[in-house]
Amino acid sequence: MTSDLVLEGISKQFAGHRAVDNLDLTVPAGSFFALLGPSGCGKTTTLRMIAGLEEPTTGTIRLGDDEITGLRPYKRPVNTVFQNYALFPHLDIFENVAFGLKRRKVKDYKPKVEEMLDLVELNDYGKRRPGQLSGGQQQRVALARALINRPQVLLLDEPLGALDLKLRRQMQLELKRIQTEVGITFVHVTHDQEEAMTMADTIAVMNGGLIEQLGSPAELYDLPATTFVANFLGQSNLIRGAIIGQADENLIVDVQGRKVLVPKARCRVTEGEVWLGIRPEKVFLAPAGTEEGDGVNQLLGAVVTDVSYVGVSTQYLAKLPWGQELTVFEQNTGARDTFRAGDAVDLHWRPAHSFLLDAAQDALAGVEDVE
Amino acid sequence: MSAVGQLSAASQTPAPPPPRSGRRLTAYLLLLPGGLWLLLFFVVPLVSLLAASLYDPNGSIEDGFSMTWSFGNFADTMADYARPFGRSLWYALLTTAFCLLLGYPLAYAIAMKAGRWKNLMLALVIAPFFTSFLIRTLSWKLLLSDNGFVVDALKWLHILGPDGRLLATTAAVVTGLTYNFLPFMVLPLYASLEKIDRRLIEAGGDLFAGPLTTFRVVTLPLSMPGVVAGTLLTFIPAAGDYINAQLLGTPKQRMIGNDIQRLFSAGAYPTAAALSVTLMAAIVVLVLIYVRRAGTDDLV
Ligand SMILES: Nc1ncnc2c1ncn2[C@@H]1O[C@H](COP(=O)(O)OP(=O)(O)O)[C@@H](O)[C@H]1O
Ligand SMILES: [Mg+2]
Repeated sequence: MTSDLVLEGISKQFAGHRAVDNLDLTVPAGSFFALLGPSGCGKTTTLRMIAGLEEPTTGTIRLGDDEITGLRPYKRPVNTVFQNYALFPHLDIFENVAFGLKRRKVKDYKPKVEEMLDLVELNDYGKRRPGQLSGGQQQRVALARALINRPQVLLLDEPLGALDLKLRRQMQLELKRIQTEVGITFVHVTHDQEEAMTMADTIAVMNGGLIEQLGSPAELYDLPATTFVANFLGQSNLIRGAIIGQADENLIVDVQGRKVLVPKARCRVTEGEVWLGIRPEKVFLAPAGTEEGDGVNQLLGAVVTDVSYVGVSTQYLAKLPWGQELTVFEQNTGARDTFRAGDAVDLHWRPAHSFLLDAAQDALAGVEDVE
Repeated sequence: MSAVGQLSAASQTPAPPPPRSGRRLTAYLLLLPGGLWLLLFFVVPLVSLLAASLYDPNGSIEDGFSMTWSFGNFADTMADYARPFGRSLWYALLTTAFCLLLGYPLAYAIAMKAGRWKNLMLALVIAPFFTSFLIRTLSWKLLLSDNGFVVDALKWLHILGPDGRLLATTAAVVTGLTYNFLPFMVLPLYASLEKIDRRLIEAGGDLFAGPLTTFRVVTLPLSMPGVVAGTLLTFIPAAGDYINAQLLGTPKQRMIGNDIQRLFSAGAYPTAAALSVTLMAAIVVLVLIYVRRAGTDDLV
């Protein structure tokens, strides 16, 4: 009964400011879809256009075969969980949840409301006003109030943003459970990359009104398409290099005179200057001079400059001969050497763990946006 | 949102520590000037008014009044002045209704739709206060006068007969009252409409309520504090007003304020005071009933 949500060429121009820029997006029916990006990148605006609260400057929005671009909000089979909930303060919890059903003149709404309050574990709170509930409870009321209408698409605008960390983690699991249970398409807006990764089937990473990359959490983390995604989703080491040739399935990259390999399938560019990317947990440290086998990329002559022990792992900073510092996470398995500041080390990693990005992009994009 | 904080604060707040005597003294000192003022200019006159309403009605300024605990004053004055008394409440009710009908859309437009014109429009609402109440009402007298252009225009349009007039009618008095008290309706309405979180209205739309339904089930109930405040601020002074009836009406439109004013000037203190006290009591009772009902949901 649910259908894909399709945005085509959607833009939103505010006075002198383009909040959303020519967005194309398909949200598969029944999926948990996250719109992830830093504050101000146009997530809320996109969501509001889907809800009908904002009119797109250009583009069309379709739900299955129906175009809904110009439809008034109250005519769309779409409901929203608002940022900060927007619960009706003059109505009790029961009436808040019943609101949509009553407007649609659903006859026997009472058992449905009870059932929904059950789902969000608030059965005993029907007679209370929103102001008498905690943040987490209000959040669940907002969810129940939207979900009870069985919309084709449920829009959630930073629904967990106002909760403290512990409650947020708990509600993430809760939301995921409910989504699986009801099978409705969720479009979840967040600026928290960890939240998006743990909850979503598909993530669209947004930046400056554009979609930078779309894919499953693992795909995005494993093979970021831009420096922004590389930095915003987890951390990345980006090292300057230049493509100088190819060997079988790999491109050969020169990094300060040292040759390293990167599989072609993991390269966004095929010639010229590049950013060579490696995730910190994929880089290994070895005492200087250790021989590594063939097919392993190596950078030599580094010095450990900082060591922070965090229990399950140790985070190192290793300074390369040309001054750049790389971040290295080593799991504390006990099977590998540990190092101290000042130790001379070599760095190595498997080619299949690295990726190549266009050197025209800013190596620091997305770094300062991470919370 | 702050709700989280509020709730946890409410549930965890330990019993407040006993205030230190120094703090308490400060609180009393802060209350002192206002308290003295009220005592001098509110409590004392009120008591003296109550006392005057029980004086011997046969006294006079020359001979003085003696306190005879004449509770009969109330029954006597009500017998004599029931009509202007009822008329006052009726005019005040009409005035409040017209102010609400005119004021709500105006306040709504200023709060929700005016955009950058908001401040200018608010200033215009308040602008009449730059001249005195009396002058403004006198201007209405000119405006509505028999040879004024308003009457001429209405006659020309055959809305008013050849002998028709505006001045010295009930319509003139109620129009004047409505004009004079409209800002007292608009300002509290504006304040409560302006405060409404726009996302609540959006949420109404998102949850299948069309614009009219959203207004009825979201905006209007949330603006009720403004409606209550506005109707009180209009009704109470309108019921006691005598300027409009005096300048725009005839003895037939006489309100209780006119009688009170006349009786006081004539030195009939006990009668005037008894009427004042009755008016005050009637208003207090009406307001209490009204606020009680408004406090529950049945007014919505
Ligand atoms: N009604 C509006 N008028 C003008 N600019 C707006 C309006 N709404 C949002 N913007 C701007 O559009 C950009 C995107 O906003 P928004 O979609 O709220 O971002 P996000 O939800 O990702 O933080 C921001 O720069 C914001 O200032
Ligand atoms: Mg937002």
